Amino acid sequence: MANWAWFHKWGSPRWFYQFSGRLLPWLAVPGLLLFIGGCVWGLLFVPPDFKQGNSFRIIYVHVPAAAVAMGAYMFMATAAAVHLIWRMKLAAMVMKVVAPIGASLTFLSLVTGAVWGKPTWGTWWVWDARITSVLILFFLYLGIIALHQAFENREAAAKACAVLAIVGAVNIPIIYWSVEWWYSLHQPASIKFIGESTIHPTMLRPLMATLSGMYLLFGWLVLLYTRAEIIDRERNTRWLQDMLLTDRPADSAERGA
Amino acid sequence: MAMHPLRKQRLAIVVFILLAAAAAAAFLGYALRENINLFYPPADIAAGKAPLDRKIRAGGMVAEGSVQRATDSLKVRFVVTDYSASVPVQYEGILPDLFAEGEGVVVTGQLAADGVFYADDVLAKHDENYMPPEVSDALEKSGKSAPYSGQESTGL
Repeated sequence: MANWAWFHKWGSPRWFYQFSGRLLPWLAVPGLLLFIGGCVWGLLFVPPDFKQGNSFRIIYVHVPAAAVAMGAYMFMATAAAVHLIWRMKLAAMVMKVVAPIGASLTFLSLVTGAVWGKPTWGTWWVWDARITSVLILFFLYLGIIALHQAFENREAAAKACAVLAIVGAVNIPIIYWSVEWWYSLHQPASIKFIGESTIHPTMLRPLMATLSGMYLLFGWLVLLYTRAEIIDRERNTRWLQDMLLTDRPADSAERGA
Repeated sequence: MAMHPLRKQRLAIVVFILLAAAAAAAFLGYALRENINLFYPPADIAAGKAPLDRKIRAGGMVAEGSVQRATDSLKVRFVVTDYSASVPVQYEGILPDLFAEGEGVVVTGQLAADGVFYADDVLAKHDENYMPPEVSDALEKSGKSAPYSGQESTGL
């Protein structure tokens, strides 16, 4: 099965640890630059909206947080499926580390949405289809975190969480199309995959910067936490001990050995 | 190319879980299809689908030229329309900043037998169009409608 070799490589925590170490700065640096740059650009240099004035500017945090929270869920559900099918250790670790990051992003999108809703709609919160389905996404993330901690056995925890993650994936298309399928207070999407977006290009460009920055930062955090998870799980393996010891100054390495 | 038979079987299980979850969600959505809507559009109210004297929400556009404000109180009357039917609304209180004629609105209150909707809460519903004021002025001057208007221009 030579053509599966590229895939099975991902099953090796050792290979992943070394590969991800080289990748980290390539995600963190452009991610921070794009996100912070996009925020400064959007908050200070973009004209106000013709109706909402300055309050629309929260879009530069709200939309990236919400979009990446949903993208993160799909990524976690994919890792869950890979773990269930191929029993890949790395996929289980990725699944575990995405949940708290996704929960934080979902929380951020709910809070920024409430802060945006007050001056524009006139309310912090309303139980419409969009907002309620995003709240369900938040609870799904929390459920996966809690389920993981409820098991003593790591294998059983991963399996149960994987099933929950896959079941919860049906919520993602519901969130996306909730504003089309039902009458809601939340407006439909402004960035369209097909056809012209309904946000002026001067306002869209910084949004694209913060959105891509948020994706890169998400990738960076996933790698960072997965590496921590690898160190935790593989601490008794030879390769990790060798590598960690050689990173240390010579005297402490001797003492450690 | 070939996939291990055991993995193929597990893949089938994963696909089954996904399909079962999707089916469950679809049935749930079908059963709750009316309840998930946040508000009744004026067409449904005109068709008698909205209950009387019970707390409900109505939503649509504030009809052009329909807003009448009292001079000595915060009482306001306006008409909510979806361009096929309309509902007169009465409200007393502070309106959200984005409330305006021709803009979307969601009102909470009770529909009385006289056909008037007595609102105790008014929310502004904005659309998905964002542009600088100069652009909207220029568009208005040229008499063109906004290029940034999606299919959802009724705000519903």
